[in-house]
Amino acid sequence: MSMKFFLKCDEATHVCDKSQYNEASFLEKLLLKMHLFMCKLCRGHVKRNVKLTKTIKSANIKILQPKEKQILKVRIQEEIDNEE
Amino acid sequence: MEILNPDMWVDKYADYLYNYTIVRVNDHEVAQDLISETFLAGLKSKKNFKGEATERTWLISILKRKIIDYYRKINSKKGKAEVHISYRDDDAEGDWLEENAADPFDKTAEDKMENKELGLAILDCLQKLPEKQATIFKLKTVENFDTEAICKEYNITPSNLWVIIHRARKSLSECLEKNWFN
Repeated sequence: MSMKFFLKCDEATHVCDKSQYNEASFLEKLLLKMHLFMCKLCRGHVKRNVKLTKTIKSANIKILQPKEKQILKVRIQEEIDNEE
Repeated sequence: MEILNPDMWVDKYADYLYNYTIVRVNDHEVAQDLISETFLAGLKSKKNFKGEATERTWLISILKRKIIDYYRKINSKKGKAEVHISYRDDDAEGDWLEENAADPFDKTAEDKMENKELGLAILDCLQKLPEKQATIFKLKTVENFDTEAICKEYNITPSNLWVIIHRARKSLSECLEKNWFN
């Protein structure tokens, strides 16, 4: 991101997305704060985005690893091939 | 009329079925086996699918039976059919039923129940996304994979990744607003 004082809304959105994964730098977060100070629309967006992060965390979702899915796929494919 | 697409089952439903199972059997290996058995049983009874339910609902109905069978099996291994329930232990104070009723302020069980459902609601919403988008989002958000690792695996640039993440978050947020929070 180029160094400038004021972020545009799409840049602010991008920083907000990154900060949901702790991947925004200190400077980026500071610039985001300044943008939010002026922009009501983005304040709403950030609020929704943070809520989503919390919601996902509280759901404690578990997923299968890509490798484990691959094993399942192979198993199903074998069975399909057997039928034919 | 729904039709079955077994070659898409894993990508589309494996995570949903896994979440459904893991909260019920609480063992990763067992859950994996049950899902595998469910898919294979689904293939075998393909012709019984009448297209009245969605593909996923149909698979869940098979999975439910597999889970019940699993519990039957481990129960019969114990060699006793009798189930002893002690309503309360002898040391507990209070003979009145009210005193032994569940504490209404102890909401943990209820919260957990809600979380179970929430996880499935989220996966349900993600299923509406294109397959690759959903997978990348899940790896990044649930498994906390590095941006770099995902980009390498899927041969995309970081800005591609953030566009995918942004779209997924937007649509998930809207979907949950509609189906969960209301």
